[in-house]
Amino acid sequence: MSGVAVYQGRFGPAEAERLLWRAGFGPRRGEAEALAKLGLEEAVASLAHPGAERLVGPAPRDEKGRPLAPSDAWGQDHVWWLDRMVRTSRPLVERMALVWHDWFATSNIGVGSQRLMLHQNQLFRASGLGSFEHLLQDVTKDPAMLLWLNGSDNSKQSPNENYAREMMELFTLGAGRGYGERDVRQQARALTGFRNGWSRSLGPVRFRFDPAYHDPGTKTIFGRRGTYSWKDSCRLCVTHPDHPSFFVNKLWGYFVADPPDRATQRALEQLYVSTRYEVRPVVEAILRHPVLFEGSRMVKPPVVYNAGLLRTLGRPIDTTAWTWLDAMAGQQLFYPPNVAGWDDSRWLDTATWRGRWWIAQYVLQPFALDPAHAVVPFDARALVDRALAFWHRPALGSATQKALHTFARRALADAGGTSWKRQQYPAMAQNALRHLIAVSPELQTS
Amino acid sequence: MDGCRGCAGLSRSRLLHRALAEAGRGLPAVEPGMPLPAGTGLTRRRFLVRGLSAAVAVYGGSRLGFDAFGEGVAAAAARPAPRVLVSVFLEGGADGLSLLSPQGDPLYAKLRPQLALSGGQQLAEDPTLNWHPSLAGIAQLYGEKKVTVMPAIGYTDANQSHFTSRHYWEVGATDASLRTGWLGRYLDHAGTGDNPLQGLSLDDALAPSLATASVPVASLSSPDQYNFSSNRVWGPVEERMLEAIGQLGSPSSDPALRTAGAVASQVDRLRRQLLPFQSHDGNPSQTGPTAYPQSDDPFPGRLSALAAMLAAGLPIRCVALTAPGEYDTHADEPTALAQGLQLTADSLLAFQRDLEARGLADRVLVQVWSEFGRRAAENGDSGTDHGAAGVGFLIGTRATGTMVGEFPGLQDGLDADGNLRATADFRGVYAALLEQWFGVDAAAVIPHASSFRRPALVT
Repeated sequence: MSGVAVYQGRFGPAEAERLLWRAGFGPRRGEAEALAKLGLEEAVASLAHPGAERLVGPAPRDEKGRPLAPSDAWGQDHVWWLDRMVRTSRPLVERMALVWHDWFATSNIGVGSQRLMLHQNQLFRASGLGSFEHLLQDVTKDPAMLLWLNGSDNSKQSPNENYAREMMELFTLGAGRGYGERDVRQQARALTGFRNGWSRSLGPVRFRFDPAYHDPGTKTIFGRRGTYSWKDSCRLCVTHPDHPSFFVNKLWGYFVADPPDRATQRALEQLYVSTRYEVRPVVEAILRHPVLFEGSRMVKPPVVYNAGLLRTLGRPIDTTAWTWLDAMAGQQLFYPPNVAGWDDSRWLDTATWRGRWWIAQYVLQPFALDPAHAVVPFDARALVDRALAFWHRPALGSATQKALHTFARRALADAGGTSWKRQQYPAMAQNALRHLIAVSPELQTS
Repeated sequence: MDGCRGCAGLSRSRLLHRALAEAGRGLPAVEPGMPLPAGTGLTRRRFLVRGLSAAVAVYGGSRLGFDAFGEGVAAAAARPAPRVLVSVFLEGGADGLSLLSPQGDPLYAKLRPQLALSGGQQLAEDPTLNWHPSLAGIAQLYGEKKVTVMPAIGYTDANQSHFTSRHYWEVGATDASLRTGWLGRYLDHAGTGDNPLQGLSLDDALAPSLATASVPVASLSSPDQYNFSSNRVWGPVEERMLEAIGQLGSPSSDPALRTAGAVASQVDRLRRQLLPFQSHDGNPSQTGPTAYPQSDDPFPGRLSALAAMLAAGLPIRCVALTAPGEYDTHADEPTALAQGLQLTADSLLAFQRDLEARGLADRVLVQVWSEFGRRAAENGDSGTDHGAAGVGFLIGTRATGTMVGEFPGLQDGLDADGNLRATADFRGVYAALLEQWFGVDAAAVIPHASSFRRPALVT
């Protein structure tokens, strides 16, 4: 096969659960057990070749029960995509769309059109596991990207370097790897010719390539001369000797915390080149790799955390609050902080952790027990056990378990002998325990 | 409550201790008349202290927060009030040749046929340069000798990538592999293990310059909204729950679990430190002597909150904020630039006046920076592409107000790519700030610190 190492250990529900978190948005009830029964090979194949999409569960609604208007209403683009993450039968396809949204990070701050952002999103969903060269071409002429990095401002008459630079630095080669400032300027010339019109009612329209704005002259790119076009520009980047290593390293980092060793890196590069820059085989090889299962945990991206909590509890999208809540946690979809995407080495700090606390609070809202009426045992151990069962018994470390038990004991002790407190404190403690488990280090990571 | 009218003569720390003692008296008030309506928690007693130009609101909300705030005050009071450095980042590569436009340079109009500015105050130290009209607030402070201008700051062989160049500035070295920020390393060197507020990012996420290797630092969007609650959990159970947040972390061999646990305990610590600033009823928890610009952008409000936190004696040393505005002006530069600069400059002027009114101005310096300047020649879209050296400022009563590095001119001052050459190195400025402002050995923080010329920055 590919020469990339394959995980040989036990593939049980715990391993299947990790795979579902890394390649998707975590398991619904029973999904990890079902996936484990397939064995690793079949499990990865089922994710990478999922067939037609089925959306499982009720359609998304806003808090008043109305259908979403993702192209028009502010923030409903975010909730619309979150719903796909929650309901999809093709988690890896959605997860790859999220990868490409970060890789080719385009922000609606610079585009100003949810319609065009969703158009780009559909591209990532439809082509995210195919040829990287085709994907790069599609992104290069994608209207949202043309607006975001001034691609349709870039003309023979007045070249604009913005896209050319980021195409090499962020999309294909890596900062300062195998190109110089001269290549930036020459690539910008090759990429000239895209235009768009403006309509008072629709905004930017009529995206097209107009030869009158293209610079057909000879360019020197990566030391070679030619009358390069924008497609040549894409091809030159993908066939550049420094591209496969960049591609493999960057893609690997979305799925595995520890960097690949040299042999793995090389084998994945060979796989990528030998399949003529196909994404799917490389993703499958990464998902089968021993380090994914045996290596360090990863902090879940905020939307993955949010979608995962909803999937665990089987709650459909019934509010648009997720938009601002996920923004608080550091990830509003369609609004990456800049063209380099989200800094996923720094998901957690004192501000974004608070965002996750609030996400968990909103996720738990419909499940909260009413302290005045709920029947809950006045017993710390039983309370913790019940809260763990609520979350389908996640594996928690001893420190987290200790914190939960200590909390439950103290909360009950505070009730003393007062009868209304003995009724109310256990239910309140149960609500609090569910919340503490949701924000525990174990549930923030996978 | 007016019980502290006679406090004006007390020292800052005694004043705060007295306020805390008053606020803590009679707690908890939760027992009689139970149960409380959902979500109310303990009753709050608001205690407002006015004295020494400081306005402090202390809430008797939680014995936990009360103790922790006491600790913070005690720690701060035990030492002389620390000096504070506030880093303000113009994200995107601000066009230095518009911030200080070289209207006196004959090549300026040729390189900038559409974008050349006219008017704006002349810079006293170099009449070639004019202040951008939107920077009038900073020009005013410059006239008071409270602004040090760096007209061409950067480094040789400037990297024109936003991310690489910003990374260099954040980590304080042209080293792509460094993972700690320059302010973070200063805090690792001189900070403490129990005070997240020592490095404070007033933002939605932590500024990379504050990334530390060992000591805790904090990020928060607004100090009066650092609250946590749950569904149908209140009173003592809520307090126990919040107490448990800090226990979720424990040493782990797994880096991600370790991070998640460490951040949980920083959250716990920070929440306690900020309890006095909680706004429970929608009323602003701080009031100040100075009016700030009204804006949807959080920047002026954050500066105002910072002044109030400093006045309250919170142990803050390094602060990072992102300025309002869009500075990556590849197109339509004039409008974008003017709006961002106006709000930035007006807010910084208000902050300076606030510090002066509160008697804090001598211990705060503000450093304004951007990852690079922009190309001298405009690009044809009413914009400019990425360049090299840019403009920086240092603002404060203790700034020398003497220009650092000269404007190199558009004739001889451009490199082969048509970008402005640096006449001052940002690492030399960092080293000078570390030595002259914080009084530490720059070599412990900035790699190869001794190889950079350190300008005199602090009087």
